[in-house]
Amino acid sequence: MLSHNNIFDTIAMFDQQHLDIRTITMGISLLDCACEDTGRCVQRMYDKIARKAERLVSVGEAIENEYGIPIVNKRISVTPIAIAASGCDTDDYTVFAKMMERAAEACGVNFIGGFSALVQKGFTPGDLKLIRTIPRALSETELVCSSVNIGSTKAGINMDAVAMMGRIVKETAHLTADRDAIGCAKLVVFCNAVEDNPFMAGAFHGISEADSVIHVGVSGPGVVYHALQGCREAPLNVVAETVKKTAFQITRMGQMVAAEASKRLGTEMGIVDLSLAPTPAVGDSVARILEEMGLETCGTHGTTAALALLNDSVKKGGVMASGHVGGLSGAFIPVSEDEGMIAAAEDGTLNMDKLEAMTCVCSVGIDMVAIPGDTDAETISAIIADEAAIGMVNSKTTAVRILPVEGKHVGDRIEMGGLLGSAPIMPVHKKSSSAFIRRGGRIPAPLQSLKN
Amino acid sequence: MKAIVTVVGKDSVGIIAGVCQILAEFGINILDISQTIMQGYFTMMMIVDLDGCSIPFRELSGTLSDYGNTRGLSIRIQREDTFDAMNQL
Repeated sequence: MLSHNNIFDTIAMFDQQHLDIRTITMGISLLDCACEDTGRCVQRMYDKIARKAERLVSVGEAIENEYGIPIVNKRISVTPIAIAASGCDTDDYTVFAKMMERAAEACGVNFIGGFSALVQKGFTPGDLKLIRTIPRALSETELVCSSVNIGSTKAGINMDAVAMMGRIVKETAHLTADRDAIGCAKLVVFCNAVEDNPFMAGAFHGISEADSVIHVGVSGPGVVYHALQGCREAPLNVVAETVKKTAFQITRMGQMVAAEASKRLGTEMGIVDLSLAPTPAVGDSVARILEEMGLETCGTHGTTAALALLNDSVKKGGVMASGHVGGLSGAFIPVSEDEGMIAAAEDGTLNMDKLEAMTCVCSVGIDMVAIPGDTDAETISAIIADEAAIGMVNSKTTAVRILPVEGKHVGDRIEMGGLLGSAPIMPVHKKSSSAFIRRGGRIPAPLQSLKN
Repeated sequence: MKAIVTVVGKDSVGIIAGVCQILAEFGINILDISQTIMQGYFTMMMIVDLDGCSIPFRELSGTLSDYGNTRGLSIRIQREDTFDAMNQL
């Protein structure tokens, strides 16, 4: 039987602690739309997305209303376009990005992901065409998100792709220089990308997924922060238990919404992603959770240990609450999207090196970090290579979503607004990595790939 | 379908009567009521049965919320499943 306190504690989570479902994402396969005639292929893809996701937003809003749970984003992910469009008779893949934009607008979603390529071991002609098109696609659309997987534990790291992506990030920043490199906020470079990620900008619908599925990403840093305020000065094992209990509650909510949404949409339920996804709102920060554990500022010594505890406890608490846990499932540390991270970066305590260390123990990587516009492409590639190496060796997903903002220098700040937030320009190392990046080739898969 | 109505705000005469009148008007049966003063605020929760409800959920939710606004109260209605999922194994 529910008690008075149960009810009002739960309501306080929604009202005061920013608890929400961060995203309901419908994954849609475009494999059956393949066709040599580009115009026909584009039309078939558009029709399928519009048909499958027609009711996604209205169903999301109805659930929001009936269950009293805010659902912040409704989104769509599709089969990586480099695969779905590989048989088409065109070199210009921007037509597919524009098709995705139109479909997203028709369905009323706020992002669509899947302008993607998976090149961890090598390129197909379709992969190359897609990657070369990314800067234009992202500058000429607003809702389309792109990702490229350049490494995996099983395949190693494709260093030719790493070198290429450094240049692509720079070019994307250049083409959206008038909007503080916003194109780069929609471009993720992955190692060990997952096929069922509901979170943008890295979501795509993997080829082993069903024809269409519903994934749900939960949030809740504010709830964890609030819960930890109730156990100040307690030993860390008590902190871990508290996080587990809170993560369990949050995930149960996600599981319920995922089951209900998939039932109403007549679509298979995919996974619940147990991520702690911050927003720029005060009280919804992962950095502030780490500080609540006893760190003066996020980024100081002890941050990696605190984050490891947080990340592990979230998973342990959440995993029993959902039948299918997947996606990225871990604490996110996007700098611009987290009020505490922004403050720590501006303070200088949180720097790129510490962020890189933090990504060894959490999801996902160097995320939403703004760097000086004069940073060269090889340095960006080297940052990508470092992150990919961490992912490859530790059998986890890592990623880089970085914004080299033209005309901006350390000490400046960019404002993107909304959930993307604002970011101080963070310094990068000045010494060159270009000779290393120019070598190209592949970093062989590590010993841990040989498990059979 | 069961739902939970919660009312929070400054105490005044007739809050329970006002909310109950709306519920009765739309054929909603009240199964349980609990009310207390928490940190100076009137807080009430009701478990209600919506099987006989004569209007769509969205309209009911809007009507209750509007009534709350006229009296300076926050009134919401949510399906019971939300609270069950988060508080019970």
